[in-house]
Amino acid sequence: MTAAPQLDDLTTEVLEGLDLDETRRLTTAQLDAFGAEMDAIRQRVLADLGEADATYIRNVVKYQRGFEVAGRALFYLPPAWPLAVASLAVSKILDNMEIGHNVMHGQYDWLGDPGLNSRMYEWDNVCPSSQWKYSHNYIHHTFTNIVGKDRDIGYGILRMDPDQEWHPYYLGNPLYAFLLMIGFEWGVALHDLEVENIVAGRRKVSDNKALHAGIMRKVKQQALKDYLLFPALTGPLFPLTFAGNATANLIRNVWAFNIIFCGHFPAGVATFSEEECEDESRGHWYYRQLLGSANITGGRLFHLMTGNLSHQIEHHLFPDIPARRYPEVAGEVREACERYGLAYNTGPLGKQLLSVAGKICRMALPDRKPSH
Amino acid sequence: MSTTAPLARLGRGLVRSRLAAALASPHPVDRYLEQVNPMWAAHEVRAEVVDVRHETTGETPVATITLQPTSTWRGHRAGQYVQVGVDLPGSATRLTRCFTLSSAASVPGEQITLTVRAHDDRPGRPSVSSHLVRGAGPGTVLHLSQAQGEFTLHESAATPTNNHLVFITGGSGITPAMSIVRTLLRDGYDGRAHRRVTFLHYSRSPEDQIFAAELARIAADDNDVDVHLRHGDHVFSEFELRRLVPAYRDTDTWACGPAGLMELVAAAYDGSPRLRTEFFKIGTATAGAPERPAGGSVSFTRADRAAPNTGASLLEQAEALGLRPEHGCRMGICFSCTARKTEGTVRDLRTGATSSMPDEDVQVCVTAPVGDCAVDL
Repeated sequence: MTAAPQLDDLTTEVLEGLDLDETRRLTTAQLDAFGAEMDAIRQRVLADLGEADATYIRNVVKYQRGFEVAGRALFYLPPAWPLAVASLAVSKILDNMEIGHNVMHGQYDWLGDPGLNSRMYEWDNVCPSSQWKYSHNYIHHTFTNIVGKDRDIGYGILRMDPDQEWHPYYLGNPLYAFLLMIGFEWGVALHDLEVENIVAGRRKVSDNKALHAGIMRKVKQQALKDYLLFPALTGPLFPLTFAGNATANLIRNVWAFNIIFCGHFPAGVATFSEEECEDESRGHWYYRQLLGSANITGGRLFHLMTGNLSHQIEHHLFPDIPARRYPEVAGEVREACERYGLAYNTGPLGKQLLSVAGKICRMALPDRKPSH
Repeated sequence: MSTTAPLARLGRGLVRSRLAAALASPHPVDRYLEQVNPMWAAHEVRAEVVDVRHETTGETPVATITLQPTSTWRGHRAGQYVQVGVDLPGSATRLTRCFTLSSAASVPGEQITLTVRAHDDRPGRPSVSSHLVRGAGPGTVLHLSQAQGEFTLHESAATPTNNHLVFITGGSGITPAMSIVRTLLRDGYDGRAHRRVTFLHYSRSPEDQIFAAELARIAADDNDVDVHLRHGDHVFSEFELRRLVPAYRDTDTWACGPAGLMELVAAAYDGSPRLRTEFFKIGTATAGAPERPAGGSVSFTRADRAAPNTGASLLEQAEALGLRPEHGCRMGICFSCTARKTEGTVRDLRTGATSSMPDEDVQVCVTAPVGDCAVDL
């Protein structure tokens, strides 16, 4: 195999602030070869799927249910309130990230288990799974980081890329980001309504009619249990339980927001134009997924709590293989990146978060140099 | 029985209540109960294997599997079938197939039996029946649907009439008829069917005869049931049926068995509305060669359209026929286009892997048929 030009010491620090166009060009033949290598990794993992993967996800479900039941029960003991909140928050994080997000990607469809099937699973979140699957699985994962097509670049409310034209509205970028973090599940639910496109006149309010009904049904179910039934079941402790459930939802929101923002917005992550991706090859799709994502380093427990989205790069390369396999293939992916001279963006949580925060603030202001 | 105890009834009422559903939302209550005990269920039906008894020992052995269903089982009418989901060890995949209930009509709480012939595993198509016969044992938990199907006795078994009933069955197609006859004999108040019953059955050999001892007993007893067992090369003929039941076209008849037998029976009845039939699909689709994927025909069953297989993806072939199936990325990553392939062999266009499993969910944008194929689109 003809390796791409070697770039010694290729690190994200070197790339930070650089225009990636100079370092990221591969020839068509190199792209095809890179795509074939990624296909081979995927195929090898698929052929190896079996009992270990089934046992793993069923154990995660068992723990999630356990944390949920424990959390709900501990609200009967007022001194254990912080423990109850923590337990419920862990339950919601596991449900949304390691179970819900991954199951809805079809990672476990091969099990034939209706409880772990992408078409049936509904998550503990106000966003209806059917709408999430459209905007996430289809739009975001297919058009990843193509400015103008991937609505996850700034979620329609933030400016996260210099290629998004600046407007005085974006002076509020840090504030909007903070509010989105606090109410992340609501932001995710409203995301599908494409409000920014309605404002811009590209979408009619009537287009949202069917979506409204689905969101309202899900919101009612979620609010009923978290803010009425479970608090009522604790009798005089109603306000404490109510506050506890709200706090657990808040913790999940803040955690999910931070992990997800580290997946695509740290410095060095590339965006693409629609022209660049016209009729793109499978190899270029892989290449775009790789350069459009960033990882977070950490231990096993950390990876579990992020739903293995700490391996965002591997997730974007292989969205339908069980997420527990991402750490296992990460070494190979990284090694291939080195051979092809492609940046593999990774770093500890603190560093990636700082980088994201910096970008949110920088993008609030107009560009200092003319846009490339 | 403990399941009728007031406390258990109260518990069942609670877990099935709207309150429980609202508290467990968005997950079904059963997703919590199963964590404690797989035999606890509020809505789903599961069953524990109590006993596996071998009926025959031929090349494709038959076994009767006795099941204790969960309290959610609503019972069945004789002749109905049930979908059985089995978690295959090793692959960890759950496969679901239909099997007729061989026991007499049941009410909630009662045990039921399936009588299953072990078909061999084929490449790309592991056999559920083989696992049930050879791999299942007491304690194995199966996932069931409620009983389904209209191949049943319409009149009450306990009400004597003088309607003559005819059953014509072949091989393991004997099971629904056996369930009906068992129900008649059980529910008649003195062990008689109280109407004339003619039971005509064809099997490969005496060794392959399912329920041999029980059929011999039924034949010997004075119970209004005539049993006629035919073995080996003795195939169904209209001549023989006419000799046994001269007015057969005006007699309520249930026929179940392999395609060859069913064709002969249908021809003999010549469109008579008295004939009720049930088929067992045993993968009649002809698979093409993977290296030459086109050939055969593709049918889209919901739209009731079919066309010669061009070898393109199922999505493209559906669109070529003017259908507009739901889809997204067209590259196999978003799972928007997943549809159920009911029959035939398909090839994953990304990996080249082929699969022949019936009732399999496939992403139609990256799946192409190999030979004949039917998809629920």
